[in-house]
Amino acid sequence: MKIIFTTKGTEWESAMDPRFGRTEFFLIFDEETDSVEVYDNRAIENEAHGAGPKTAQKLTEYGAEVLITGNGPGGNAAMALQTTGIEIRVGAGDMTVRGAYEAYKAGKLKKA
Amino acid sequence: MKEIVVISGKGGTGKTSITAAFAVLGGSDVMVADCDVDAADMHLLMEPDRKISEDFYSGEIAHIDQDLCTRCGKCQEVCRFDAIQIIDGEYTVDSLACEGCGYCARVCPVDAITNSEQNVGKWFTSGIRTGSSMVHASLNIGAENSGKLVAKVKSESKALAERLGKSVVLVDGSPGIGCPVVSSLSGASFVVLVTEPTVSGLHDLKRVYELVKKFGIKAGCIVNKADLNAEVLDDMKRFLSAEDIVLLSEIPYDDKFTEAMTNGKTIVEWDGELESVVRGTWEKIQEIVRP
Amino acid sequence: MKIAIASGKGGTGKTTLSTNLAAFMSESGEVVLSDLDVEEPNSGLFIKGELIHQEDKYKMIPEWDKSRCELCGNCQAVCNYNAVLKMGNTIMVFPELCHGCYACSELCPTGSLPMKQKKVGELKSFRADNLSLVESKLIVGEEQAVPLIRQTIDFVNTHFSAHVTKIFDSPPGTACPVIEATKDADLVILVTEPTPFGLHDLRLAVETIRQLEKEFVVVVNRHGIGDDRVDVYCSEENIRVIARIPNDRKIAETYSRGELLYPSMPSVRRAVESIANYIEEFRQETGT
Ligand code: SF4
Ligand code: SF4
Ligand code: SF4
Ligand code: SF4
Repeated sequence: MKIIFTTKGTEWESAMDPRFGRTEFFLIFDEETDSVEVYDNRAIENEAHGAGPKTAQKLTEYGAEVLITGNGPGGNAAMALQTTGIEIRVGAGDMTVRGAYEAYKAGKLKKA
Repeated sequence: MKEIVVISGKGGTGKTSITAAFAVLGGSDVMVADCDVDAADMHLLMEPDRKISEDFYSGEIAHIDQDLCTRCGKCQEVCRFDAIQIIDGEYTVDSLACEGCGYCARVCPVDAITNSEQNVGKWFTSGIRTGSSMVHASLNIGAENSGKLVAKVKSESKALAERLGKSVVLVDGSPGIGCPVVSSLSGASFVVLVTEPTVSGLHDLKRVYELVKKFGIKAGCIVNKADLNAEVLDDMKRFLSAEDIVLLSEIPYDDKFTEAMTNGKTIVEWDGELESVVRGTWEKIQEIVRP
Repeated sequence: MKIAIASGKGGTGKTTLSTNLAAFMSESGEVVLSDLDVEEPNSGLFIKGELIHQEDKYKMIPEWDKSRCELCGNCQAVCNYNAVLKMGNTIMVFPELCHGCYACSELCPTGSLPMKQKKVGELKSFRADNLSLVESKLIVGEEQAVPLIRQTIDFVNTHFSAHVTKIFDSPPGTACPVIEATKDADLVILVTEPTPFGLHDLRLAVETIRQLEKEFVVVVNRHGIGDDRVDVYCSEENIRVIARIPNDRKIAETYSRGELLYPSMPSVRRAVESIANYIEEFRQETGT
């Protein structure tokens, strides 16, 4: 299964980014192959409006099944994500990526 | 690091005065971010030194190169905002009316139109009198606050807080329910809603809370001027408990808030009684965000 | 005659002044008050009239017709607001983000994005004797206030004749919505408080109004609190202060109940009266 994290860095020990639309990076973890991919989303800073849906669009290209983030995506982004059927888990804004993954596995993250 | 965002829906509830008081109580451990860019008043109480200042660009605007333009009129035809006018025979963009949609540039047969980002104001990084730092912005006249500017102020303040090892970023949030407030809320650990027990205050509180709820952020509420209207206060409390919003404190109506502000002070530096109420509120917030 | 009531930021008493002034002036003539703070209109809480008209207000947004779409992605490429995006095999439109520029619709090679109406708010018109109230309310989440403000002003201008005094309660701030609301006013009344915040915001508001080259005067609310720096500023800048509404806890209490102030408070009545007199003077001088 592929899991996407919104993060502030590119490592397992990096902090999570609690924001969805304006997250700095995505970290994409593929459980099957045990591999990690990183997407740099920092150009989103230049978008005055509509950061949420734009990020959502990017994210869908990875075909992940689960998204782990801090606060839930806003209305527009949520609408965009709905079309992909991705499962959204929130409440990991204060954790590291590793911590967020473990919390998810332990069933400690709420569904958005 | 925790991010505490203070919002109020509408102005006049004392949001900025209370945020400034929190900044003083938090002292050097609290980084301040003023995202109420339309009415950026925080600096009046924080004495920022504006150590670093940078121009900020946002939103595009069209510009027609008269040397290239063949006066075909296509741009004017497609512009839905009546932003292209003929002045002295030249097709000219009205910068106040232009929404920067970019349609005109896409249809111009000779590529005479370019879109460029507008300078809408400046943002600053300052040392402030609490011994901490603050990131703030000022907008040019007629320029609009945007999610982008708010995001900039917030990300700069967070990065700085991280570098300086501060544990809290305190955000004076944007008013209204539009894009800037959405951007203010994004990434928050806790939201403080400042309201007053008036019919319109309750009405605004409900509207802005709809947004907070969408993001699923935990919220607490400060009722300022709480003794103004007992009936509305009761309604308000019912709303808060139904929505599971923590009632952080009730602050009495008192002209001392204004007195303090007039003297460039926050309420906690001015009046002993109110100091203890506001301090209690701040401590309660600390307990919630840092259990 | 058109009067716009504005202030640099919210909460200075703009709504208090507009509702009381409108109600007072309607005792001696036809008045329409229009609440242009479409994000959070509150005037209706103070003026209770009979609802005489209600209409939905729309903007134009594209609607995807998938039958002919070739998924070429051109629509997404031309939209400057991220309001239309290609998500896999679907074209999604985000109504709140759309500015209605028509670019995606008219530049779509297959005509798959016809423009359709989308409700953005509601306009309501109330009447109580000589006083009418027109207010519009934006749907939560909707981003563009300006089109609704413009439509509300148009409604007032077409439904009320020239001799009716028109009072526009502007949205707070110094950005597009305020400019839209004040740009065709004959006179702008700026409301402020005699505090450092009030002064700072007044300066910004004055700059904005000066850029629009409008006649304007100042009303000081909560007079007696704070200091005299607003007065000093106004006299240095040659700005006329036409009235001062005293600071009084009773005002705040009455306001909190959603009641008008001048009927029960003589000090407010005097202030409102002097504003009305000034407006009358202005009307005769300028012939508006
Ligand atoms: S960018 Fe859009 S709004 Fe501006 S002039 Fe061109 S068509 Fe009109
Ligand atoms: S479309 Fe281009 S060439 Fe034609 S009038 Fe406009 S700017 Fe000039
Ligand atoms: S431009 Fe038209 S055809 Fe192309 S993807 Fe968009 S809707 Fe489909
Ligand atoms: S009409 Fe303009 S703003 Fe709206 S979706 Fe199409 S291109 Fe974007």
